[in-house]
Amino acid sequence: MKRIYVNEKWCLGCHLCEYYCAFANSGKDDMVKALKNITIHPRIRIEEKNAVSFAVSCRHCTEPLCVKSCITGALKAVDGVIEIDQGKCVGCYTCILACPYGAVSPSPDGVIQKCELCVQRGGSPACVTGCPNQAIVFEER
Amino acid sequence: MKYVIIGNSAAAVGCVEGIRSVDREGEITVVSREGHHTYSRPLISYLLLGKTDREKMKYRPDSFYSDNGVRFLPGRAAVEIDPAGKTVTLDDGACLPYDKLLVATGSHPFVPPIEGLDGVENRCTFSSLDDALALEALLTPQTRVLILGAGLIGLKCAEGIAARVASVSVVDMAGRVLPSILDETAAALVQKQIEKHGVRFFLSRSVERFCGGTAVLTDKTQQDFDVLVVAVGVRPNVELVQKAGGAVGRGVTVDERCATTLPDIYAAGDCTESLDITTGERKVLALLPGAYMQGEAAGVNMAGGEKLYDRAIPMNAIGFFGYHMITAGSYDGEEYVVQKGADYKKLVTGDGVLKGYLLLGSVERAGIYTALIRNRTPLASVDFDLIKEKPQLMAFSKTERLRQLGSRR
Repeated sequence: MKRIYVNEKWCLGCHLCEYYCAFANSGKDDMVKALKNITIHPRIRIEEKNAVSFAVSCRHCTEPLCVKSCITGALKAVDGVIEIDQGKCVGCYTCILACPYGAVSPSPDGVIQKCELCVQRGGSPACVTGCPNQAIVFEER
Repeated sequence: MKYVIIGNSAAAVGCVEGIRSVDREGEITVVSREGHHTYSRPLISYLLLGKTDREKMKYRPDSFYSDNGVRFLPGRAAVEIDPAGKTVTLDDGACLPYDKLLVATGSHPFVPPIEGLDGVENRCTFSSLDDALALEALLTPQTRVLILGAGLIGLKCAEGIAARVASVSVVDMAGRVLPSILDETAAALVQKQIEKHGVRFFLSRSVERFCGGTAVLTDKTQQDFDVLVVAVGVRPNVELVQKAGGAVGRGVTVDERCATTLPDIYAAGDCTESLDITTGERKVLALLPGAYMQGEAAGVNMAGGEKLYDRAIPMNAIGFFGYHMITAGSYDGEEYVVQKGADYKKLVTGDGVLKGYLLLGSVERAGIYTALIRNRTPLASVDFDLIKEKPQLMAFSKTERLRQLGSRR
């Protein structure tokens, strides 16, 4: 299946992926309304230091430690995509304890949030289509 | 192939999913002492708190047993294993033949012998859904609750009921809360947070005797209560394996393939002891993630596959009234400690690897630390100053990052 992969050397550290992610998950159809004057909580995050920057989001592991560790059954693999049922999640953060990539994070509601490859939206994830330099790609590897 | 699983919690579910990842055809029978659909045991405090409900606390969907072709026998207890005849006898006399057996019998609350305890009218433990429902039935806004034990179970219980009752008092012999996972500094911070919600603590003392609804503590003070919750710890349910002649230490003895010392009998979850790789000690690590993964490995091996459960460590993610903590590994080694208000961090290193950590307050991305422990990553191969600053992949080499973010995981 297609997953998100990172080409670190092409990353400009522009953070656009974070904005596209926040917009795609906002439920709004206008980017300005979705993001203006709002602290965003994207499911993809840029790490940066000196000249190095790269994006980190869920790897959709074939042996997902978050799913195996989830105490509620709210995290599950659906056709390889690791999805979260936020209605079932109680915010215990055992998945945060388990994810080796630090790719699961608390949402403003207290339950967790994570990249679901924009499956509801269809096509390529918003962070990938929004990246100006192909530092994030969506492909089979 | 006939598989029998005794138990219906995380280890049993892991085993079903492990078996089915290898064998779609074999017959699986799940024997459950409790009459409920598989549910998440740690969620019972969230149920009382109103953060989940009976439907949402199901660990797997209603279709779990039928989806996996499982014959589910709820409300039936296994009373004997015959390892020579390869059968399990149930409490109604039924005899189940097996080719491969999983014992996932869990644990039971330990109730210490205390004078007058039998005379306490409203007494509960807090380990199962039925426990939680029985406790809930006793609660009114006027109820005064006394909890024996300031460990994970006792404190989650306190959080779950604090807003629904007149008072909650917690008594523990230890001098601090959560002594198994927190150091003194962290325990004091957590205690303060819980006290803000009206819970009172009586530490460094125990109950000498009960006189009806009064507990006389070892310092001779008295606590009046309406409901008593005994949450001093749990003991692994090892009897079935022990009676069948299997080796038992603190819990059922299993190897890395989750096999007991009896042929074709496996065990997983809270009834077993596992090897803590951070200390080299065998101990009972009664943790849901471990139970699932151990059960899954057992299932794969029972079905003829190969999967090792060989990286067990103590680990806990827990929160009280919105104050979160994540802890993992062991704390014997060189310490790096940072405290800023309610945020507390402790990293413990030794033998060139991360041995353990404790995060209070800010817990974001803690799994990067957990992975360093589980993988026994040599700290010489990472930028430890960056690791100390916060959990981040920047601390790894470019090559390692390429492996993590640029290839299939």
